[in-house]
Amino acid sequence: MTALAGDLSGRSRLDTGLGVWLPVLLFVVACLALRNAAPWMSLYPQEWVLPIAPAIDAFSTTLTEFVKPAFRGMAWLLGWPMRGVQSILQWIPWPVMLALVGAIALRAGGRALAWFALGTLLYILIAGYWRQSMNTLALVLLAVPMSVAAGFALGVLAHRVPRARGAIEVALDLMQTMPAFAYLIPLLLLFGFGPVVGLIASAIYAIPPMVRNTLLGLERVPSDIKESGLMSGCMPRQQFWMVEVPSAMPQLLVGINQSTMAAFSIVIIASIIGGFEDIGWEVLSSMRKAAFGQSLLSGLVIALLAMVMDRITLGFAGRGGAASRPAWLTWRRFWGIIAALITLSALLHVTGIADQLPLTSGRGLIDAEAMNKWVLALVAAYADPLETFKNNVLYFFILPLRIGMIGAVAPISWGIELTPTVIAIYVVLVALVALALGRSFGWRPAFAMIVAGLLFFFGLSSFPWPALLALVVVLAWRCAGPGVATFALLSCLFILVLGLWQPFMQTTYLCGLAVLLCLLIGGLIGLWAAHSETVSKIVRPINDTLQTMPQFVFLIPALMFFKVGELTAIIAIMLYVIVPPIRYVEHGIRHVRVDCIEAGRQCGCTPLQLLFQVKLPLAMPVVMLGLNQTIMAALSMVVIAAMVGTKDLGQQVYIALGKANAGLGLTSGLSIALVAMMADRIIRGWAARRHVRVDI
Amino acid sequence: MTEAASSRPIKLSCEGLWKIYGPHADRVARRDGLLSGNRTDSSERLRAAGQIPAVIDADFVVHTGEIFVIMGLSGSGKSTLVRCLSRLIEPSAGKVLLDGEDLLAASPQRLIELRRRAMGMVFQHFGLLPHLSVLDNVAFPLRVQGRPVEERRSRAREMIALVGLEGREHAFPSQLSGGQQQRVGLARSLAVGPALWFLDEPFSALDPLIRRQMQDEFLRLQRMLGKTIIFITHDMQEAFRLADRIAIMRQGEIIQIGRPADIVREPADEYVARFVEDIPLVRVMLAKDIMQPVNGGDLGAADAVEPTATVEDLLARLAGGASGFRVVDDTGGALGAVDASAVLAIVDRDRQRRR
Repeated sequence: MTALAGDLSGRSRLDTGLGVWLPVLLFVVACLALRNAAPWMSLYPQEWVLPIAPAIDAFSTTLTEFVKPAFRGMAWLLGWPMRGVQSILQWIPWPVMLALVGAIALRAGGRALAWFALGTLLYILIAGYWRQSMNTLALVLLAVPMSVAAGFALGVLAHRVPRARGAIEVALDLMQTMPAFAYLIPLLLLFGFGPVVGLIASAIYAIPPMVRNTLLGLERVPSDIKESGLMSGCMPRQQFWMVEVPSAMPQLLVGINQSTMAAFSIVIIASIIGGFEDIGWEVLSSMRKAAFGQSLLSGLVIALLAMVMDRITLGFAGRGGAASRPAWLTWRRFWGIIAALITLSALLHVTGIADQLPLTSGRGLIDAEAMNKWVLALVAAYADPLETFKNNVLYFFILPLRIGMIGAVAPISWGIELTPTVIAIYVVLVALVALALGRSFGWRPAFAMIVAGLLFFFGLSSFPWPALLALVVVLAWRCAGPGVATFALLSCLFILVLGLWQPFMQTTYLCGLAVLLCLLIGGLIGLWAAHSETVSKIVRPINDTLQTMPQFVFLIPALMFFKVGELTAIIAIMLYVIVPPIRYVEHGIRHVRVDCIEAGRQCGCTPLQLLFQVKLPLAMPVVMLGLNQTIMAALSMVVIAAMVGTKDLGQQVYIALGKANAGLGLTSGLSIALVAMMADRIIRGWAARRHVRVDI
Repeated sequence: MTEAASSRPIKLSCEGLWKIYGPHADRVARRDGLLSGNRTDSSERLRAAGQIPAVIDADFVVHTGEIFVIMGLSGSGKSTLVRCLSRLIEPSAGKVLLDGEDLLAASPQRLIELRRRAMGMVFQHFGLLPHLSVLDNVAFPLRVQGRPVEERRSRAREMIALVGLEGREHAFPSQLSGGQQQRVGLARSLAVGPALWFLDEPFSALDPLIRRQMQDEFLRLQRMLGKTIIFITHDMQEAFRLADRIAIMRQGEIIQIGRPADIVREPADEYVARFVEDIPLVRVMLAKDIMQPVNGGDLGAADAVEPTATVEDLLARLAGGASGFRVVDDTGGALGAVDASAVLAIVDRDRQRRR
């Protein structure tokens, strides 16, 4: 009886959903029908653009003139410790540096890590990037303590003062979704060009992970531990420093690890504005010169350095093989060794041996020109298949998404004309697929299929914006409630009135395509890994490596094989965002409750039925979190990918950076942040509701 | 022992203690008349006002050297109550007097001082600091007081020996079993030599065999130390095994306080009766509960027993051939007499309860 009632109420809920969506579909179709009659619908008129960006620009120019001296003074001040650390790192002779890093790695993660770190440094020396790497390292060494201190303070503030917490969390959301390039611009205006901007940018960018981990760590201190501190008679200060902070320490160290990686990533990117002798600059300039041999060599330096830093900081956080740390290397001996090595450097300099050491000139042993030629030959050898692949993807996916089948289907691309027959076949195909989906999975996928069919046919860039607006807002409302819907509406309107709708659409299809492909490919890999220990073991270290890479590095192989263009951008984005789908799908499937799987098996499910009817539905909330991560990563990468030729929001940010245009940079950066937050809220809202349903 | 216990000085007294959760709970609590009058009515009024009364008008005293057990199911408010007594949670209304001093009026400094000297507490999930060794964990309360290293180390070693953990001083909490961790918790709470000892479900996170062992350990410690103890548990067997007196809580309210024997013999209501129906009278009734005054008869042949011997003990000795008992105090003076029929009457009552 109650089951029947539940069933009935379920059906009526479905109907209300359909009742909302059908008018939306009608509205979309009406917009499409009217788009020729009302051209303002497909192309947002230039006259309706509000001059927000120029206003911001003017305002920031005045403000900058006013406050610039103070900030320039600060930059000058910060320049001193920066140059200081750089010259110390340059001053240490390389054999001593090898021993130093080796000792630190040994203490952090044992013998294997020590060998790895030594190998990395030797490679840097041989490849001839010693000076540049040391300069980059100096920036990281200086930025991390600053951001860790600031992040810890903010985290404690958020933990202690509930009122400050809301504001801090909003700021963190914004900082983490705002593309790094976007806040290079105000920094550029305030501090001027040069390496100090890179230092400041990375110090700021590395704050949020520390704040989040501090907050998390302090919140997770068990109440029993806090109460036992109080009952031991701790003063408030003792309670904080002797009970809460040590208990939260593992999480704080994870925060330091994440901050270090974030700082490193930005130090590399910041070379765009602060180009000087650092490793990011090497990669960038060699890429600009199309000297791919050099960019591979220097890109590898970045990749290896990132891995070494990640493993060392994780090792100190007590994760990743800390057990293998040798017992004889106590803290005392460790510091003894460090002191001895520093004394040794001084001795080497006093005796003049330091200048006699081989390889000190920093030229390296690898012939870069030969390397360049070899890479060019390699690419040339595969030019034909690569070109075919590129064209196919362009004609059959990218162009239809951008200008629609009505624009893309032509004899030179598809080999056919867009005759009424072709259109009819397309319509019938979409209808058939929608029908099939509708029969086996309900009306939702069928509806999504119809909308996708429309989008693919008419193209995103000229799709009427009122229709897209309606789709996005209703989606937000149905998935996550009226609050998120309002947020989505306001965000879209904001992007519209800024005149950034076109680049926004470009971003949407670039990211959308990359995310869909990653979800498909990564999802399959994740599924495979969930069912095979071997695959899981192979995939895991690859994932770890990909995740520690600074985003910049992914441009190199993409650019090498596909030259400048949107496909290159998509591939670079995909390389960066393939990890979350793999991870979350594997995790979701592996952690489906055993009793549910056993029940499914007991009911006589075939393996496929078990997968589609038990495991996937139960893993769905986790998979959706993975999708969320994927979208966030794609949006943060889209700005970096702008360097290899796109026309999207990221490109706007990049252009603004080039012109030091604060208005355009901030508004387009903010637009990306808004898109990211919108996607995040919608998916989280959906997952939250789904979760409840799964639990009941 | 009721007589003996009540003749002892009062260590802690709790008068009209309330803890209310909800929007603006403190302001609501201060509102005139809301907490006065019949406690059932007041809590109804509070619930109607959207508040959740977690502790309702708790009134009791604990005597020096007594084991006072607060028992209730989860959500009955017993953990909240014990935290109100130590002011880990700020009560909404009422008084807590420790040696006559009102704890709720104590300044933060005074409270820290009291916690440093007068109270110790043991937690369900141990609350050990993960980054400190066993030795440093036990020495921690002394460290926060700024005592010299030597003193706190030697005191901590003493405590570790007391709970039987010698040899594990340099282990870290994560390397110990649950039972061992709780021994560290016990040692730490005793390190400053507090007269008042709070134990909040100390053995609930342990498996049954270890729990039993720890209860024995606890009783052994208490015989040596003679602390005043407030012991929280949801385990009825544990409560009746350890308690001098028990307070039973339900939905924030203390519904009965008494000696185990009194509670089993005369449960306050249906709820308590169902709660204790599995506790046999022979376990909780003591010789002194059923003894008759000595009226000059000849007791020379009767066995001598302590007043705290359970009826179960007496029954065993009857089976062993005894025919009657002489209840004697520490000095050997006769307090009363128990004959076989009195013992068998209790057995008979047990049989009737079970029907």
